[in-house]
Amino acid sequence: MLRILRQILRTGVVSEAPPTEGLALEDDSERIQRAILAHLGRALAIREVDAGSCNGCELEIHALNNPYYNLEGLGIRFVASPRHADLLLVTGPVARNMEVALRRTYEATPDPKLVVAVGDCACDGGIFGESYACRGRVANVLPVDVTIPGCPPPPIEILKGILTAVRRVPARTAR
Amino acid sequence: MGTLRGLHLEVATLAAGPPRFRAHGSRDAWSVLARDVVANGGRLVSLWASDRRPLGEGYAVNAAYALAEGLLWVSLPLAADQQGYPDLAALFPAASRLQRMMRDLHGLEALGAEDTRPRLQHGHWPADLHPLRHDARADAGVADPGGEAYAFVPVRGEGVHEIAVGPVHAGIIEPGHFRFSVVGEKVLRLEERLGYKHKGIAARFETLAPLDAHRLAGRVSGDSTVAYSYAYCMALESAWRQSAPPRAEWLRALALERERVANHLGDLGALGNDAALGFGLAQFSRLKEDWLRVNAALTGHRLLMDYVVPGGVAREPDASLLAALPGQHAALRDALVPLADIYSSHAGLQDRFVTTGRVTPALAGALGLTGLAARASGHAVDLRAWHPTPPYTALGVRVATERNGDVAARVAVRFAELTESLRLLDGLVAGLPDGPSHLPLAPRAGCAEGIGWIEGWRGEVLVALELDDAGALRRCHCHDPSWHNWPLLEHAVMGNIVPDFPLINKSFNLSYAGVDL
Repeated sequence: MLRILRQILRTGVVSEAPPTEGLALEDDSERIQRAILAHLGRALAIREVDAGSCNGCELEIHALNNPYYNLEGLGIRFVASPRHADLLLVTGPVARNMEVALRRTYEATPDPKLVVAVGDCACDGGIFGESYACRGRVANVLPVDVTIPGCPPPPIEILKGILTAVRRVPARTAR
Repeated sequence: MGTLRGLHLEVATLAAGPPRFRAHGSRDAWSVLARDVVANGGRLVSLWASDRRPLGEGYAVNAAYALAEGLLWVSLPLAADQQGYPDLAALFPAASRLQRMMRDLHGLEALGAEDTRPRLQHGHWPADLHPLRHDARADAGVADPGGEAYAFVPVRGEGVHEIAVGPVHAGIIEPGHFRFSVVGEKVLRLEERLGYKHKGIAARFETLAPLDAHRLAGRVSGDSTVAYSYAYCMALESAWRQSAPPRAEWLRALALERERVANHLGDLGALGNDAALGFGLAQFSRLKEDWLRVNAALTGHRLLMDYVVPGGVAREPDASLLAALPGQHAALRDALVPLADIYSSHAGLQDRFVTTGRVTPALAGALGLTGLAARASGHAVDLRAWHPTPPYTALGVRVATERNGDVAARVAVRFAELTESLRLLDGLVAGLPDGPSHLPLAPRAGCAEGIGWIEGWRGEVLVALELDDAGALRRCHCHDPSWHNWPLLEHAVMGNIVPDFPLINKSFNLSYAGVDL
């Protein structure tokens, strides 16, 4: 235990300031938290769905959860069930063998819901395109709110895209 | 032409790279050869088919075997109206799923095979469409949006019930379906159904120019992008009888080792997390992020995608960054010491790791376990040491092995390989030859074939390609080590409790994309 505490102290806090570029309002984590609260009224819950990626996008979404990006500190967390989610983060071109599962995941997500397409494949089919096996971009299967290009997009771009999507939701009025 | 010890067929030796041999056999020779390979301690690396009817021939079934002498690529020609070949699964259990893939993609049957269920064909394109036949309809639509039922093997008995998981899993993971048959918490049987991510990669290759297709190879399994693009370039360079300059080979190895380190760091963090030590995830994911940022500065890409290109590497690293690398290696080496100490002495972690998800050396040998997982089950197979190519010939790789074959052993191999990769990386920076890091390849007309064989972080990655008369890609087959290791995961889980499955699964960390293609 002592060794674990010593290692934690030695490492210190490595979290970095969240992105501000391209996001007019949010210039610090507190404001991002406030914006998420204003739009959703609670922390943002994300369900990630891999609809056929090469798994590169998954590596960068995992990286988004490392201490540098302090995602949970901003009020964003990944959840295990679409029924708990506000936002679907979809990667990959949509493989035909995944189309039914993707639609079912979308249907299981309560309204209002957001769909963010991560990576070139999810945006436009990428290098895999459309074929007997592949439906191409996510928008061919689901309504998409925000696309995040890149192969794969670095974590900070994924974070920006998620924040952009959240701001699409009309701000909540006091209830 | 020559012969290989214990095998009764004529082989030709391929140019450059690791020792590779080429042979063609008859139908009878196909089965005899497989038995001889087993008798001589060889292994099956991959199986794939190609449609050679446009060349005025029929089909060909191809096998790649790993032998003491090197890699043997053997083809069995089939007449156009003869769509069966002898089953290999009785000798090499891993062949079963590969043969099912060949049936789906080419419509060729393994005669006498026990398991003939479709694998990639989930009922979302017409049943009579075999997409890798050159005359397959390109515009094939959805056959039955509902998909077709799949005959999982039922387990019966008092108190036995099934748990169905996936294809969408409860985490940031690739999709696949796991069917557990359990009594209480104890797993009696696990059956995997994969193929959900099938994107038609092999068909896509045929539309790409050979000098561009390394990008697609680098996206077969994104976590092994260096291994795949390296194997693709090795295959193309061998087909065109050209080679990358020495400096490029050293930089490719540098990228390959950096990819190994990044994945091992990620896995060690995730394994701690799956055993409820969130501290481990925070620590290792921080180290991995530092590592990926240096990748970005060095090559322009955090995951090193598109860095290995035909003829060399995509860019010459900045001299000051290269000079700073040994400092980064030393910093990581220092950071690993307290973490390795904590992992090995943490009672809660060891309780979850030790004896969990065991694959004995005997089972690993019988079923053909490969790569990192095989080394954790007592099999010292590592291409970098076994059939080294430059720069590994100059550096000498010490193979990390463990005997226990449990989660703890796979964790220990990862720690040992991190240390060894850091040593190799120091050697790669220190010994980096001068000269160009890229020489454009001159495309060559005329039918040609090549094969690349690389030890990626997960195991052996293989890329085989055939070029047609006009120099276009006629067939490109990419093979992931996960083909061999997914069946072993089914065995490793037996008798364990359901809550240990995520931990066991993570300790193998197999690719879904790499086997769904």
